[in-house]
Amino acid sequence: MTAVAESPAVGEVTALTVTLKILRTNPEGTADHAAGESYWEEFQVEAHATDRVLDALHKVKWDQDGSLSFRRSCAHGVCGSDAMRINGRNRLACKTLLKDLNPARPITVEPIKGLPVEKDLIVDMEPFFASYREIMPFLMTTGAAPTRERLQSPEDRARFDDTTKCIMCAACTSSCPVFWTDGQYFGPQAIVGAHRFIFDSRDEGQWDRLEILNDKAGVWKCRTAFNCTEACPRGIEVTKAISEVKRALTSGEV
Amino acid sequence: MTHHEYDVVIVGAGGAGMRAALESSQRARTAVLTKLYPTRSHTGAAQGGMAAALANVEDDNAEWHVFDTVKGGDYLVDQDAAEILCHEAIDAVLDLEKMGLPFNRTPEGKVDQRRFGGHTRNHGEAAVRRSCYSADRTGHMILQTLYQQCIKQEVEFFNEYYVLDLILDQDPQAAAEGEDVAVAGVVALELSTGEIHTFRAKAVIFATGGAGKIFKTTSNAHTLTGDGMGIALNAGLPLEDMEFFQFHPTGLAGLGILLSEAARGEGGILRNSEGERFMERYAPTIKDLAPRDMVARAMANEVREGRGAGPHQDYVLLDLTHLEPAHIDEKLPDITEFARTYLGVEPYTEPVPVYPTAHYAMGGIPTTVQGEVLRNNTDTVKGLYAAGECACVSVHGANRLGTNSLLDINVFGRRAGIAAAEYATSVDSAPVLRDDAAARLEGIVTRLLATVGGAGTERVADVRKALQETMDRNVQVFRDAASLEEAAGVIAELKERYQDIAIHDRGRRFNTDLLEAIELGFLLEIAEVVTAGALARQESRGGHYREDFPTRDDEAFMHHTMAYATADGVRLDKKPVVITKYQPMERKY
Repeated sequence: MTAVAESPAVGEVTALTVTLKILRTNPEGTADHAAGESYWEEFQVEAHATDRVLDALHKVKWDQDGSLSFRRSCAHGVCGSDAMRINGRNRLACKTLLKDLNPARPITVEPIKGLPVEKDLIVDMEPFFASYREIMPFLMTTGAAPTRERLQSPEDRARFDDTTKCIMCAACTSSCPVFWTDGQYFGPQAIVGAHRFIFDSRDEGQWDRLEILNDKAGVWKCRTAFNCTEACPRGIEVTKAISEVKRALTSGEV
Repeated sequence: MTHHEYDVVIVGAGGAGMRAALESSQRARTAVLTKLYPTRSHTGAAQGGMAAALANVEDDNAEWHVFDTVKGGDYLVDQDAAEILCHEAIDAVLDLEKMGLPFNRTPEGKVDQRRFGGHTRNHGEAAVRRSCYSADRTGHMILQTLYQQCIKQEVEFFNEYYVLDLILDQDPQAAAEGEDVAVAGVVALELSTGEIHTFRAKAVIFATGGAGKIFKTTSNAHTLTGDGMGIALNAGLPLEDMEFFQFHPTGLAGLGILLSEAARGEGGILRNSEGERFMERYAPTIKDLAPRDMVARAMANEVREGRGAGPHQDYVLLDLTHLEPAHIDEKLPDITEFARTYLGVEPYTEPVPVYPTAHYAMGGIPTTVQGEVLRNNTDTVKGLYAAGECACVSVHGANRLGTNSLLDINVFGRRAGIAAAEYATSVDSAPVLRDDAAARLEGIVTRLLATVGGAGTERVADVRKALQETMDRNVQVFRDAASLEEAAGVIAELKERYQDIAIHDRGRRFNTDLLEAIELGFLLEIAEVVTAGALARQESRGGHYREDFPTRDDEAFMHHTMAYATADGVRLDKKPVVITKYQPMERKY
């Protein structure tokens, strides 16, 4: 008896050869490329249609070129490590199946944009997390803590459910054209992070956060391009969340 | 090389590490070193909930929870620890709520609760609603909430620092019984630069998570490679009960991706190829909500007796089709999306193919209930603590109940954080780091990097694949002497091959090729200990099932296993189980 299955169990899976065209950067240089120079490199891998792009990247790293560098952990779309630009769109490599791309053409893989590239598909995430920290992403309350839980109706809980799903992969922020060009803008993820608390009925810090978001680096930079909503691998309606924050600011009501 | 000094160093930033950090950083100067950004930790992949007898929706109490935990663990649980776990559970949930965790709510606005495997009313009468949850992303909410609180408290993180060595002031195996052995610090590799850092600390907490990647089919992340357990073992410390590994019943077939037990808590049913609800035969009272070890074995048994579903008859079916789509969307949104994304199955209308997946190490670094690490059956290492999956308190015994791990990380993460900080503030200074502390690690890294373009011929991926395949084939749900001996032989051979490992990345910066090679070293060590413990335990208990010894043998094996790495291989010892109230009984559900 064996538990080992080579491929997903449903139906028969098509085997195929795919070409990955990866934008690479080596901070220490290679024999052919200067330190920090970006260049395209193509790899061919044997794969199944139901494989994830992450599986294909692993095949390159494990069988062809051990120096290919990328972050990954959970491999099923919940840890947020492997956001990258695949065929020109921000996605998680572990949540994108080859069959959902056109495997007849090379699949392009690039680091997410707007954050400094460290090596291959790895970018410096620190500016992204710094923006998140700016918006005070924690419950703020006054008075003595109750002995039992704070009560919250299912309706009040539902109000901010969408933005609690965020895994901080940066797919939204690094898809935003304003973020690419404006070094000051917090970016959509920080606004999502603020929304999660602003619309939580237990929180009393909403006006502190709204004041931060009313700043020149805040929500008014958003040009409603909707890239962020399209990019979100968790299906969060990012643009809608940003609009709700804008409305709270103009109406003075949460 | 850079040198740092802290009162407390925490290794790992999942639930246990960050819960510890929230306590420790209020009391002592604390640094958290983590291989991954904190929000990438695998706590975030936990789904179904966190157990606590809040009795918000029906009658419940902590004592019933203790009994269920002890029975669920097949009586190998240390009962004093289980009492702490279950009695402190209530405050642990309330603390998280006060930190802002968005639990699902009852119509009255209280924290909602649902059923989960092995959690029962009044010592096994019927399933009880004890799991506090947030849809099927409870772990995500816990990880996010703890991270948010760490931001609020300005906890100091060293992100993408990979700790590789633990420094003690003397060899814990050479020290006499009763003699003081103390922690001095850790040595870490900064992944972004390849630079070696030494951290001298009065107290160190290991919260490094699990080791699921010793198996091929696993719910665990790529990064769960048993680093902390391996470091402890290499430092001369024992590992406890490593032969007990949990196989979660419902992994997506062929992939191992976790589908929460909450699916069955919400009414989902397991069926074989004949459409039969087979759990009725194996656990007549609580059926699909039996503990995981029993359900996983039942599933594997259905498959090997020819009642598996699918073209190769190699999985069973998780049927949710009788549930309202709106109910599924509200309570199980993520796992149903996994089925759609990865298998192309629509759970509203089609049953989902599932098979057991390696999920959780019940064993780990032995600790007291304060999180102090033991170096033998009785002596603790001064200043060294462990919590979470990498630790073994032991509250899970031979089989962990679902929702008790999110509880474990909060209760014992908190305890370890307080204890470490109090210890650190009670001593004047940490032992001086040995002069060769950094040199030793630099030696490891240099030796591995020297294989670049050199004589090394073995690929990391090949050795790892061979390891994972033998573990899946021989050390999974069903084991026997022949399968375990085969695994032991393969592991020994792979350890030889590992000496000849090749690193292809020539750089120092973000050398993930090097990282994977080091991780593989830990995987091999852990797999060896798991297999050795499984061979020696000639009985079946909880998650450890020996076909050649199919019953529990309390006379010969009612003890914990303590495994030590020695020059002559794994040395096994025994440690008594703490029994307070519940004498071992036959385990029926």
